[in-house]
Amino acid sequence: MDSRPDIAANRLSSECLAINFADAHPPLTRGQASIEADRCYFCYDAPCVEACPTGIDIPGFIRGIATGNLAGAARTILASNILGGSCARVCPTEILCEGACVRTAQEEKPVVIGALQRHATDWQMHAGTQPFPRAAETGRRIAIVGAGPAGLACAHRLAMYGHTVTILDARPRAGGLNEYGIAAYKVPDDFAQHEIDFITAIGGITIETGRMLGRDVTLADLEAAYDAVFLAIGQAGVRALGIAGEDLDGVLNAVDFIAGLRASTTGADVPVGRRVVVIGGGNTAIDAAVQARRLGAEEVTLVYRRGAETMSATSVEQAWAQTNGVAIRTWAAPQRLDGTNGAVRSITFTGGRLLEGRPVHDQGTFTLEADMVLKAVGQLFLPDPLDRGALAIENGRIAVDAQGRTTRRFVYAGGDCTPGDDLTVVAVRDGRNAAEAIHADLTEATGA
Amino acid sequence: MADLRSLFAGIRSPNPFWLASAPPTDKDYNVRRALAAGWGGVVWKTLGEDPPVVNVSSRYGAFNYNGDRLVGLNNIELITDRPLAVNLAEIKSVKRDYPDRAIVVSLMVPCVEESWKRILPLVEETGADGIELNFGCPHGMSERNMGSAVGQVPEYVEMVTRWVKQNTRMPTIVKLTPNITDIMQPAGAALRGGADAVSLINTIQSVVAVDLDAMAPMPVVGGLGTHGGYCGPAVKPIALRMVGEIARNAVTRGLPISGIGGISTWRDAAEFLVMGAGTLQVCTAAMHYGFRIVEDMITGLSNWMDQKGFATIDDVTGRAIPNFVNWNQLNLKFRTLAKIDQDACIKCGLCHIACEDTSHQAIAKLHIDSARRYEVIDEECVGCNLCAHVCPVDDCITMVPQPVEGVLTWPHHPNNPARAAE
Repeated sequence: MDSRPDIAANRLSSECLAINFADAHPPLTRGQASIEADRCYFCYDAPCVEACPTGIDIPGFIRGIATGNLAGAARTILASNILGGSCARVCPTEILCEGACVRTAQEEKPVVIGALQRHATDWQMHAGTQPFPRAAETGRRIAIVGAGPAGLACAHRLAMYGHTVTILDARPRAGGLNEYGIAAYKVPDDFAQHEIDFITAIGGITIETGRMLGRDVTLADLEAAYDAVFLAIGQAGVRALGIAGEDLDGVLNAVDFIAGLRASTTGADVPVGRRVVVIGGGNTAIDAAVQARRLGAEEVTLVYRRGAETMSATSVEQAWAQTNGVAIRTWAAPQRLDGTNGAVRSITFTGGRLLEGRPVHDQGTFTLEADMVLKAVGQLFLPDPLDRGALAIENGRIAVDAQGRTTRRFVYAGGDCTPGDDLTVVAVRDGRNAAEAIHADLTEATGA
Repeated sequence: MADLRSLFAGIRSPNPFWLASAPPTDKDYNVRRALAAGWGGVVWKTLGEDPPVVNVSSRYGAFNYNGDRLVGLNNIELITDRPLAVNLAEIKSVKRDYPDRAIVVSLMVPCVEESWKRILPLVEETGADGIELNFGCPHGMSERNMGSAVGQVPEYVEMVTRWVKQNTRMPTIVKLTPNITDIMQPAGAALRGGADAVSLINTIQSVVAVDLDAMAPMPVVGGLGTHGGYCGPAVKPIALRMVGEIARNAVTRGLPISGIGGISTWRDAAEFLVMGAGTLQVCTAAMHYGFRIVEDMITGLSNWMDQKGFATIDDVTGRAIPNFVNWNQLNLKFRTLAKIDQDACIKCGLCHIACEDTSHQAIAKLHIDSARRYEVIDEECVGCNLCAHVCPVDDCITMVPQPVEGVLTWPHHPNNPARAAE
C-alpha cells in the first residue's frame, strides 16, 4: 500500500470545476419572482420582519416586486441593509425570515424571501444607479478597521450622512468573510467585489487594503487622526483540536482552506485530499466539506461531537452537504491524529452519547483514514491588535452597548468581534447601528 | 344520479351548459369540437346581413389580478365576419349531426322589420332549435344602431321582439344588455313583445386597462384603443343580481332565463340556477382553458344535486329566489360575531389591520409570551365579515350567528321617520 498521502490539485477538468463553483442557487426569472411575490400575504406586523436582524420591510419590498416596482423594492431592502445582496445569498433564511414566514406555519412552504431579495437587489446593481444620495460633506473623518460586512455597512451609512470614511483591511482584498470565508458557489462571479463597488460608489469612502491594526497602525494612531473609530476586525483566531498530531502535514484550518479556494480563480490550483475528514458542525465545516467534494475529493466525512440537532449548521445546510455526497457522522470526538513521514494518514475518534442531558464520549473508538483533515471547530476573537487594556472585553469579545459604543469615547465596534450571533446579517446591523451612534455622538459633540 | 336534461323555452339539451354566442361558436370546426367535448348546446356567434362586418386585429384585453389571468376579459370583436350563407350551411350541417343538442342562432340585423323578415326564414331552414336576439353588444355594432343601441331602448326591444315572433315559429330568446339603469325595463319589454326567454348579461362597456407606454386603452389597435365589452369571472356578481331581479319580479316571474356572466365552474352554474336561470351560457372560461372544462361542470353539478337531493334542473332553478329580498326586509336584530380559531391562525395580522385601519377596531393585537395573538373584541364587532374575507386560512375566522329575539325590519324601526304605524 502506498503510504504517501494523496493530496493533489487538478482533480477535475476545468469544465467540471466551472460547473461545481458556479451559482449554486441561480437567480429567479422575472416570471418566477412574480409568481412567488404573489404568494406573500402582505402580513401586518409581519413575523419575517421581526426575524430579520436588520428589520427589512419584507412585505413592503415583495409588494414592489409583485407590482413591478423594482426600484422601490430594492430601496426598501437597502435602506435597512445595504448588503442586502450578500444577505440574500448567504443568510440562513430557514432560521430567519423564511422560518418565520406565515406560509411556513400554513403549508411548510415559505415565500422564498431570500431569492426575492436577490431579485430586487440584483436589479439595483445592474441598474448602475445609487438608491441613496450622499449628504453635503460634514468634514468629519471616521476610521473603520475591517472591510467586512460590518465595516462596509457602517461606512455606507456614515457616507450617507456626509462623513468621510477610511476603511483599513489587513487582507489584500476588501470584503472580509464575504470575500474569504464563504463557499464560492454562494457568491460567484466576484459578487463580493461588485457589491463593494456598489457600496463605495456613494462617495466619501476610501479603502486601504494590506493595512493591519496592531502592525501598521495602532488604535491610538487612529484615535488621534480621526473623529471616531469603528472596529470590525472579526475573529482572527482559530480554535485548535488540542489533540496529538495536530501539527502533521495535511491538517489545516478549514477557514484557510476556504480562503485559499476563494483566492483561486478556477479552483484548479487548490490541493485537496482524496479522503478528507472535516471536524466541526458549523457553516464553515459544511462549506469546507462541500467544496472539498466539488474540488474532486472522493470521500468527505464531516464529523461532529454531538447530535445533528445541536449542529450550528442548519438542517438545510446539512441536507445540502449530504446532497453533495458528504457523509455526516455525529457523536464522535477527535482523539488522535496519526501520520507517517510527518503527514497525516488517519484520525481516531471516540464515540459519544447523551447521558443525563450531557454529552459523554465513552463509546469506544473508530479510525478514519484521511489524506487531509480540515478543522472547523470554531473561531475566536484575538484582542492582540488592540492596545492592551484599551477596551473592556466581555466573554472574549469587545464589550459594546446596544448601539456599538465601546468603553472608549468615539471608539465603536461591531460584527464578529463583539458578542452576538456570527451572521453576516448581524454584522450589517451592527455596522449600520454603530454608524447611527457615531453620527449622533459627533453631532451632539459639535454642540449643534 | 341527477337528471341534467334541460327543456328551456321549448329547446331541449342533454345538459344546461351552452356555449354563449362568441368567438368559440363562430364556425363549424369549433362548434363540433365543443359538442364532442360534451356541451349541451351552443348559441352560434351572431349572424348579420351581408356584406359581413370586418374585424380588427388585436381584439382582447385582459384584467389579471395577483397572478391570476383573465379575471376579466374585454373584447372589441364584432359579430361574425363570415358570409351569411357559409354560416347557415354550417349550422344546418352541425344540427343534422347533433340532433340532441341545442343549436341556437344569435341574430343582429338593422332595426327595420324587412331585415328581420329576410333573415328569419333562412335560419329556420337550417333546422336550428331557436334564435337569440343580440340586443346586447355594447361596442362597434352599437355605433351602427344595433346591439345595445336597441337593448337600451325598451320600446325597440318590444317592437323588434314582436316583429320576430310574428315572423317565425322558432323559440326566441332576447339577450339583454347590462349597460342600463334598470334591467327590468328591457326584460319587461321583451316579455311584452312575446319573448320566450331572456338571456343575460351581455358584456359590460369597459376600458379594461391602459397601455402606459402607448398611452392608449387596451387592446391597442395601431396606437389607438376603444371601449370594449367586459366579461369573465369579475362580472359574475353583476350578472347574478340582474338574473335574480328578473326571476323574483312579479311581472317577469316564470320567464325562462339563460344565465350568462363569468360562469366558470359547476359552483358558479349552481348559483345562477338557484338565482333563477334555467340554462347557462359560458364563454370566457372556455376561451381560457378549452372546451374540456364542461366535464367538471357536468359531474360537479350532478354530484352537488345528488348531495342536496335535487333530481332535475327544474328542482334547482329559482331555489334561492324566496330568500332574495329588498334590504328593508332584513332583520335588524340579527347579529353575527367573528370568531378566530387560534390553532389555525398563522399570525399574518391581516384581520387586525383590516379592522383597525378600515373598520371597527374590534380585533386586538396582543403579544403573549412573545407570541402574536389576535383576539376579537365582541363588544366592538359589528359582524361585518371583513376579517373572515381577508384571512388567508380557510375556516380560521368564522362568523357565528348569535341568538336572535324577534324580527325588526327598517319599515318598523324607531329610527325610520317614515315607519309604518304599529
